Amino acid sequence: MTYIPPEILQHDAKILIEKLKSKQNSLTPKDRISIPPQEMPTQDPNKRNKNMNEVALGFFVEQAKLEAMRCIQCKNAPCVDGCPVRIDIPGFIKAIAQEDFKKAIEIIKNNSLLASVCGRVCPQETQCQETCTVGKSLKDVNKAVSIGRLERYVADWERTQKNIADPIVKPNTGKKVAIVGCGPAGITVAADVRREGHAVTIFEAFHKTGGVLVYGIPEFRLPKKIVQEEVDFLKKMGVEIKTNFIVGRTRKLTDLIQKDGFDAIFIGSGAGLPRFMNIEGENLVGVFSANEYLTRSNLMKAYDKENAHTPIFDSKIVAVLGGGNVAMDAARTALRIGAQEVHLIYRRTEVEMPARVEEVVHAKEEGVIFHILQNAKQIIGDENGHVKAIECLKYELGEPDASGRRRPVEISGSEFNIAVDTVIVAIGNDSNPLIKQTTPSLETNRWGNIIVDENCKSSIDGIYAGGDIVLGAATVILAMGQGRIAARSINEYLQD
Amino acid sequence: MNKIIEKFQLSESVYQLKVEAPLIATERKPGQFILLLLSENGERIPLTISDADPLEGHITLIFQAVGKTTHLLANMNEGDFIANLVGPLGTPTHIENFGSVVCVGGGIGAAPLYPIVQGLKNAGNKISVILGARNKELLILENKMKASSDELIVCTDDGSYGRKCLVTEPLKELCEQNNKPDLVVAIGPPIMMKFCSETTRPFNVSTVVSLNTIMIDGTGMCGGCRVTVGNKTKFVCVDGPEFDGHLVDFDNMMIRLRAYKKREDSDHHQCHINLKIEDKD
Repeated sequence: MTYIPPEILQHDAKILIEKLKSKQNSLTPKDRISIPPQEMPTQDPNKRNKNMNEVALGFFVEQAKLEAMRCIQCKNAPCVDGCPVRIDIPGFIKAIAQEDFKKAIEIIKNNSLLASVCGRVCPQETQCQETCTVGKSLKDVNKAVSIGRLERYVADWERTQKNIADPIVKPNTGKKVAIVGCGPAGITVAADVRREGHAVTIFEAFHKTGGVLVYGIPEFRLPKKIVQEEVDFLKKMGVEIKTNFIVGRTRKLTDLIQKDGFDAIFIGSGAGLPRFMNIEGENLVGVFSANEYLTRSNLMKAYDKENAHTPIFDSKIVAVLGGGNVAMDAARTALRIGAQEVHLIYRRTEVEMPARVEEVVHAKEEGVIFHILQNAKQIIGDENGHVKAIECLKYELGEPDASGRRRPVEISGSEFNIAVDTVIVAIGNDSNPLIKQTTPSLETNRWGNIIVDENCKSSIDGIYAGGDIVLGAATVILAMGQGRIAARSINEYLQD
Repeated sequence: MNKIIEKFQLSESVYQLKVEAPLIATERKPGQFILLLLSENGERIPLTISDADPLEGHITLIFQAVGKTTHLLANMNEGDFIANLVGPLGTPTHIENFGSVVCVGGGIGAAPLYPIVQGLKNAGNKISVILGARNKELLILENKMKASSDELIVCTDDGSYGRKCLVTEPLKELCEQNNKPDLVVAIGPPIMMKFCSETTRPFNVSTVVSLNTIMIDGTGMCGGCRVTVGNKTKFVCVDGPEFDGHLVDFDNMMIRLRAYKKREDSDHHQCHINLKIEDKD
């Protein structure tokens, strides 16, 4: 894909809108499908890889309308089945086509509190957009209706409006709910439970709210101001938030019920222990988990070298290991912090990469060098214990494995070195051990994830869980999906 | 927000703060620590809890002004508020009646050692404490240690107080006795813990050390604190901070502690300039 400047995208959209004006109300499905998919306007790759500002700038109004017009409003709406929170997708898109943005955002908000977040970070191509009829008829999932970009468009539109209606909260029930972790799962539960009139307190371990939206996802992909606004909305609803509070350590989980009078608890404590490759040299100076690297940059603002007290490693040549969104985030952050070269090393091919297509495209545009079918064998240190190179091995694709993806098989004797001073390991997380360590009666599986039933209820009455602490490393929207289920269960539980 | 209710200067660069933290004061156990962050742009640093009063609802922190954040903390006064303080973190010390225990505290390491000495003493152990410092001026908690132990040996590098030797010398003597100690707990600079572990190794005396590595979240999420213990990677914040000293790769740990040395040196220089300016006021 080549980079198209925003003004050209807008210009083309304007001309097309003008052309379609005459038959806007009589478009056939064939007409709709022939409207070209609208590209997301972005900052120039050679400029944005040196700043932390948001990369994707959002649709122009003309583009939003055109993209909405591409939707053929099919009756079976397969997109809704692909959405973990079941937003009425054809409904909100129709409202956009009619330029009723207020109605569009209201439809989304019936199911999702975090539209401006999900419109930015959801993996739509494997969810709502994967099954889109338009994409299917064009035989390319990347040509499906851009549901995510449209969601973002109306969410951003609402943020610019002055008079956003205050949230409606039912009268106090006298019941108290504790929420562990102020990330996407916890935020969702807080809103849904508070709406029913229950008192809600969120306990957050960090000094800032937002969880992975703040420590994990970089500013250039999700501006922190947006996350703050979502949390402010919760406060407006009367949700109490206690930061610097580690449930399990500052107060035991069971004490919250037995001593502090909470009637129900939701655990959304998120990801934990970063995984490493278990190869030679991983504890050399210059090797970081992506969690550490991103937390330094995002949560502690280490990219602002002038003002932040938290240092970040001064890297020149970086290797990032992994092919997911976190690997892309780490690679793109390293470029922005000043690395001259960033090598992304992944042992399968681009087709198997778990990262969103958009993140892969953006990373490449910004200059990240991709090494596919390669994997790290060992990290080599100098006499001072600092990283000086990474030894890699080449792979080829063999038979499909349990995941259905073709198994990468190493080519013996294919070892080669890349001279690097930094290695960032982005191959996932295990579960957070804190609540498990301090709450022996809570059932967990062998990976330490909390075991819940289909209603997100744990092995202890009144205690529910969802998000990464249940799913392992998953996505924002799946955490929100579980949050919705857990909130419904909690509301039912508190009715009895 | 946690209020500083009392501040003492224990030596030239060592300070003691009593800080309001009622929940932490109730929950904390020997061996645990807190993390604090002084401002929006600040750095999260771990500090061990050296004492706590659950009735009064405060904890005691003892720290040496060595880096940017500890210098800023040293400049705070009674009545000031610490913006962010979270804890207690880490796995508590395993306390039981081992029999006779030697507790070695080097420099500021005496602060985290003190609650462990108290805990082990209350569990019925016979306690010998070895306190070491570069000089008399830098020695802390001598009286408190004396009151909580059966025997106290003080040594200084320059001989300005107590014996003129390193802590490993009396430690070796205690290991050579007929009834050698059942356990050694050594807390201090990494190099001291390394050599204490080397001293006890030939005698087969179990040796527990408490590691103070670089941390960000302190809850097992970032992995910045990882150390090599028995050829396995461990996270100090959730697996530790205490480990078997005979298994810790101290050389790797010391290298990792210096990862940001260049930046710290320039910050440190800046801190001293600021301190001097304030001294003149």
